Amino acid sequence: MIQVYMMPITIVTVIGLISAVVLTFAAKFMAVTVNEDVAQIFGILPGVNCGACGYAGCEEYARQLSEDRSVKTNLCSPGGSDVARKISTILGTDFEEVAAKYAIVKCSGTPDKTDYVMDFRGLQSCSANKLFYRGRGACFKACLGYGDCVKACKYDAIGIVDGVAVVDRERCVGCGMCVSRCPNDLIGIIPTASRVFVSCSSPDTGAAKRKICKAGCIACKKCEKVCEYDAIKVTGNLAVIDPDKCTNCGACIAACPVQVIRQY
Amino acid sequence: MKEMMIILVSVILVDNFVLSKFLGICPFLGVSKKLDSAIGMSLAVIFVMTIATLVTYPIYDKLLVPNDIGYLQTIVFILVIAALVQLVEITLKKYVPALYRALGVYLPLITTNCAVLGVTLLNIDSGYTYIQSIVNAVGAGIGFMLAMVLFSGVRQTMEQSDIPVSFRGVPSVLIAASIVSVSFMGFAGIVDGLFR
Repeated sequence: MIQVYMMPITIVTVIGLISAVVLTFAAKFMAVTVNEDVAQIFGILPGVNCGACGYAGCEEYARQLSEDRSVKTNLCSPGGSDVARKISTILGTDFEEVAAKYAIVKCSGTPDKTDYVMDFRGLQSCSANKLFYRGRGACFKACLGYGDCVKACKYDAIGIVDGVAVVDRERCVGCGMCVSRCPNDLIGIIPTASRVFVSCSSPDTGAAKRKICKAGCIACKKCEKVCEYDAIKVTGNLAVIDPDKCTNCGACIAACPVQVIRQY
Repeated sequence: MKEMMIILVSVILVDNFVLSKFLGICPFLGVSKKLDSAIGMSLAVIFVMTIATLVTYPIYDKLLVPNDIGYLQTIVFILVIAALVQLVEITLKKYVPALYRALGVYLPLITTNCAVLGVTLLNIDSGYTYIQSIVNAVGAGIGFMLAMVLFSGVRQTMEQSDIPVSFRGVPSVLIAASIVSVSFMGFAGIVDGLFR
């Protein structure tokens, strides 16, 4: 009689014990030594997982830093130089200033400059609007103005003013979270030292742009001629500024007939 | 061979674990928001289902049945699968860190998921042999993946649509799941037709 009870109890206990022993030994012999630097660096990083450093999140950047000494400590633009200095102290590597960056919106198509071609009643987001034909703006590269970038920003640094996204330079840390959210690829990241930028992204010809938007780059090349430093070039119907050469003199701003070159 | 094909097709399409047997609904609803996490989860499920079957079937056949305690299968299987998944996790972490990072989050989630336990118990209930059980387990995992991938597509489309306030979130997801499930009923009878 007793065996009816003993057998199941014994077998389950033995299976449990074997599992326990195997797991204990496995945990002991196959333990992965977690690098303490990783946890420490991860604690210092801002933890917004923006990807500005080029790695998949703060944890991955911390891991790469601790494993590979050649990875630079100044890649975290949201953290700035403070974070870079602390990481360098932990790792004992050379400290370099973080090249601060900020976002720019390459469109200036406010309602008084260009028109909407549809009255969109669907889900109020840029990505949803973009799915319909090619967005509500007359220009297919126009800022859609529903604020997908605003939702992506963790620093409250971008807002919609007059139907166009505008970056608040004081708050922007240049993390680039908004860049991938824009269905029209209007947002760029440039060094803080560079204050002049071209506020148009349309690759259409000057004449085509002129018909639909008063604030489109017409590729007249006036800026190119006026620039003393060879810093601005018209390529693909758009003026492009090389931030390395630009001295923020502002000559191109005065020369631009459509006021599409702007300064912060 | 024909028999294996019948098992495989029927467990993937006709008796799909998620959509027909309603097992593993929790990960099905929880992880299907994005395609890449859905695929990661499904791979972990295929992996764990196969390993669980590999181990539990002999335990049942060689340990429980001879000792006349087949009725303990559920509790023994839970114990064994839980320990096994832990062991696999530790091993992966040590030797295959890339795979661990890909499956990592999902492995503990499905430690004793009902779909995993279900496949091991159903193998025995259906009277499959060892080989048939393994085929059934792999098929069940692939069926899970199919359901997850299909449903993550449905959900990504739903995210973009304007749903009435009272239906937003779980209600609309459950309704969508039921419609996908109904569509899978269309596969009933396909096995008889295919392998006649």
